[in-house]
Amino acid sequence: MTNHFFGDTAVLTRRSLRHITRSLDTIITTVITPIAMMLLFVYVFGGAINSGMDSYVDYLLPGILLITIASGIAYTGFRLFLDMKSGIFERFQSMPIARSSVLWAHVLTSLVANLISVVVVVLVALLMGFRSGAGLAAWLAVAGILTLFTLALTWIAVIPGLSAKSPDGASAFAYPLIFLPFISSAFVPTETMPGPVRAFAENQPVTSIVNAIRNLFTQQPVGTHIWIALAWCVGILIVAYAFAISIYRRKIS
Amino acid sequence: MIPNQARGPAIQVQGLQKSYGKLHVLRGVDFDVARGSIFALLGSNGAGKTTIVRILSTLLKADAGTASVHGFDVAKQPANVRESISLTGQFAAVDEILTGRENLVLVAQLRHLKNPGKIADDLLERFALTDASARKVATYSGGMRRRLDIAMSLVGNPPVIFLDEPTTGLDPQGRIEVWQSVKELAGRGTTVLLTTQYLDEAEQLADRIAILHEGRIIVNGTLTELKQLLPPAKVEYVEKQPTLEDVFLAIVGADSNGDARNVGSDK
Repeated sequence: MTNHFFGDTAVLTRRSLRHITRSLDTIITTVITPIAMMLLFVYVFGGAINSGMDSYVDYLLPGILLITIASGIAYTGFRLFLDMKSGIFERFQSMPIARSSVLWAHVLTSLVANLISVVVVVLVALLMGFRSGAGLAAWLAVAGILTLFTLALTWIAVIPGLSAKSPDGASAFAYPLIFLPFISSAFVPTETMPGPVRAFAENQPVTSIVNAIRNLFTQQPVGTHIWIALAWCVGILIVAYAFAISIYRRKIS
Repeated sequence: MIPNQARGPAIQVQGLQKSYGKLHVLRGVDFDVARGSIFALLGSNGAGKTTIVRILSTLLKADAGTASVHGFDVAKQPANVRESISLTGQFAAVDEILTGRENLVLVAQLRHLKNPGKIADDLLERFALTDASARKVATYSGGMRRRLDIAMSLVGNPPVIFLDEPTTGLDPQGRIEVWQSVKELAGRGTTVLLTTQYLDEAEQLADRIAILHEGRIIVNGTLTELKQLLPPAKVEYVEKQPTLEDVFLAIVGADSNGDARNVGSDK
């Protein structure tokens, strides 16, 4: 039945995209926290932070974008959980369709929903004075990194989405991910942190991703940051995908 | 599109076993369901009815035994089985955010049928949902949801339909609506396997009834055959009291003009 894979995935993606366009509150709740943080850090704390850049919002935006995606994928887990709970997942699995398209539809929907949220946050940042001289290639590179990051986190979200027992369980995994940027170079340069914290901050995925995006925005050479960032994203993606698929196989056996 | 392999019974189950750890849910289940008939699987909660339905609809693998649906082995030819069946699970598996019509179109598209819109409109009319077709399913009553759920199972006219406790959680009116839909289905030649814990439901609908108890079918026969298992009926004269359900339906069901009635106030 694999000959139907693309058609079935398209039909099911259209279905879950309707869930997003009809309940825009999921987009609003996704972007409200990152925007509030951006306001707080730029207009309250920012003046006291020596980021080494002229404009603090320019420094801050990459980390805020990662927080946006981390809170957005909570809904990916939640939507999948609802499908499992309501029985519609089983209905689809008992139909003559390419079965894996049920999962891929959720993954594609997650990409689209997060793209919308990221665009909203960037627009607010522009209003707050964010400026970048980055050319088309740099913007595309940023988009590529963010897409890869979203995919990696989406496959993490699939795991609780398939296996959670309660709606809270299906989305709670996102909180540590939202918190991770605080112990990174997203808000302040890591040089100011005490030894062990600094060691953690400099060797966790967020820092290299944030640095790569920041360098792309400010037209600095991306150096090794971008390769470390890509390695993290691809590594997380592969591990999470393998995990999610093995849980999925057990569910539909 | 539907493979036309089958002769003989629509469903054949032999020696079916399934355990979850130490819990033996099915301990060797055998039954056949004749083409175009309604077969009721009767049993209390946890008797294993849903496990049987999940195995037959290729959602779960049996530990031992064989099962075939429409002539296809559920373990070896699951794709063919899925072409031949529809599953209506225990909870109305409808998409609440879509409208009734969108739900039906979705299923028609996933079954790769031509003219999904026309199929949806026909089924909406057949199940008296045309007026509600453009409303989100979240606004539907329990009975309407179930009707839509069953309508979704009929898209593409699969020859075999599984209804897992189709009336659990419905009010008496919703239950009667569903019963009518099921009777109509069998009238069109669809084979229906129905699970239920309500004895009157099996009595109302089924051509054959099997009672599942502790993982085995302990009785399997027509209603008349089942009644013969008991000593012959003794004639007694009992004053027929209306049941509360009769009263409820007489007051609520018969006239829907919305006038509030106050029992005994003007009689």
